[in-house]
Amino acid sequence: MTQTNALYHYCLRLGDDAVVLGHRLAEMCSRAPFLEEDLALANIALDYTGRAQLYFEYAAELEGKGRTGDDLVYRRAEREFYSHLLCEQPNTDFAYVIVRQFLFSAFDRFLLDDLCAGKDARLAEIAAKTLKETRYHLAHASDWMVRLGRGTAESNARMQHALDALWPYTGELFEMDDVDLQLLEQGIAADLHTIRSLWQTEVRQTLQRANLKQPPDGYMQTGSRKGIHSEHLGHILAEMQYLVRAYPEASW
Amino acid sequence: MPTTTTDIFTEKIERDLAIEPRDPMPEEYRRHLMRQISQHAHSEVIGMQPEGNWITRAPSLRAKMILLAKIQDEGGHGLYLYSAAETLGISREEMIEQLQTGKARYSSVFNYPALTWADIGAIGWLVDGAAIVNQVMLQRTSYGPYARAMVRICKEESFHQRQGYEIMAKMAAGTPEQHEMAQDALNRWWAPALMMFGPSDAESLHSKAAFQWKIKRESNDALRQKFIDKTVQQTEVIGLKVPDPNLRFNAETGHYETSPLNWDEFHRVINGDGPCNRQRLEHHRKFHEEGRWVREACQC
Repeated sequence: MTQTNALYHYCLRLGDDAVVLGHRLAEMCSRAPFLEEDLALANIALDYTGRAQLYFEYAAELEGKGRTGDDLVYRRAEREFYSHLLCEQPNTDFAYVIVRQFLFSAFDRFLLDDLCAGKDARLAEIAAKTLKETRYHLAHASDWMVRLGRGTAESNARMQHALDALWPYTGELFEMDDVDLQLLEQGIAADLHTIRSLWQTEVRQTLQRANLKQPPDGYMQTGSRKGIHSEHLGHILAEMQYLVRAYPEASW
Repeated sequence: MPTTTTDIFTEKIERDLAIEPRDPMPEEYRRHLMRQISQHAHSEVIGMQPEGNWITRAPSLRAKMILLAKIQDEGGHGLYLYSAAETLGISREEMIEQLQTGKARYSSVFNYPALTWADIGAIGWLVDGAAIVNQVMLQRTSYGPYARAMVRICKEESFHQRQGYEIMAKMAAGTPEQHEMAQDALNRWWAPALMMFGPSDAESLHSKAAFQWKIKRESNDALRQKFIDKTVQQTEVIGLKVPDPNLRFNAETGHYETSPLNWDEFHRVINGDGPCNRQRLEHHRKFHEEGRWVREACQC
């Protein structure tokens, strides 16, 4: 694999996480427990959609086949998406929304930290730009983890349930394949082994504060590095890509 | 020298001074505003639904971001307005309860469905466009907190109208299918948008007092006419047709004349039989109920 090709795939993955998680958050519009939180979630959705745009524009340039960033989002098939399985998990209830966000933002925060210092200037620039938002996302989600974990018996039970259900999707966040290893060697990609231990500490501390039990690391779901997803992704894409697919000649 | 509380209030109104929360005010004035501001807040919040219906299907990342930002603004407007209404002595919980039990209304235009992407254009252009005309007037309304909320809201609404118009213009100039979608959306949203100003003031229950108290400063018909004159020209610029066979420009008055509106439909929809009334309230109740455990946990 050439370096450009590896970097193209790396950007696609980052973009896919952002666009899919942003989509799930956008689904929450007019569905939050109160208005202020509705706005907060829309704001996070907006941040993710914005960074998706930056990653895909870069990916499209690296690919050099004349496709646009939007082409990569709206005209790619299910098996060509590389977002982590965690990102596509549905908004089962507010606890799922928060736990998913917490687990992902805790990862994202250290990932971006690393990428900021990376040798690819463009990627470092995007990371620097988005790290600030991510710190806020993590603070917001951590706050909710603690508040709901320590809230009522019901809120604690719901949070624990969501945590147990989403935990098996966290192992995948730290998988590294040839793309990662090649770019890591060149000082571009993040070292997910290091990030894993930082993430574990962050998560453990917050779960303790939140009075939630860390689930045991049993079997971890996997597949997204190869474009194999849960059934949810196909539905997300069917909805997201509908107009562009139905009217392929149109521009919007 | 005014002596009674009524005199103080009347003098402030006559001198065009803002009435503030701690000022004396007649009970009817307070009730009128409470009703109007909460209805306005509910409209912003319920209005998030028809547009939210298209966020997940927005056809580009840019379109998705603009729509998300717009809906977020609407929610923010709802917040300012709930706060403005709270200064009159009603809590947000009470207002939400009134909404959910049908005691409080919201703008009837949101009882129409957003069927295609062009509807997102039409809502921004026409519905927000009509709202701006009304809200520009309300920047000078006599109740201070309401007037100040309107100043902030008007700034954002003009961005909303531009985003809607941009969608319509793009689609009107796009493929024949897109053009047709744009025209169809205009056909369906035109009359509901004109009805947003309400019936003629002669028929309006609340108008007379609202004028006296300077809550309202221009008549429904005058505001509607302003909107028509502005919008007809915008329609022509992008190559769409106003869906009214009787539309004509009266050179003497300098205004466009239009067909009478179907007020029976307006009353039918406002009274619960629009295409989406039940859906909108059901949605609000469902997610409010689903969020109950979160709100309870916040009280701990």
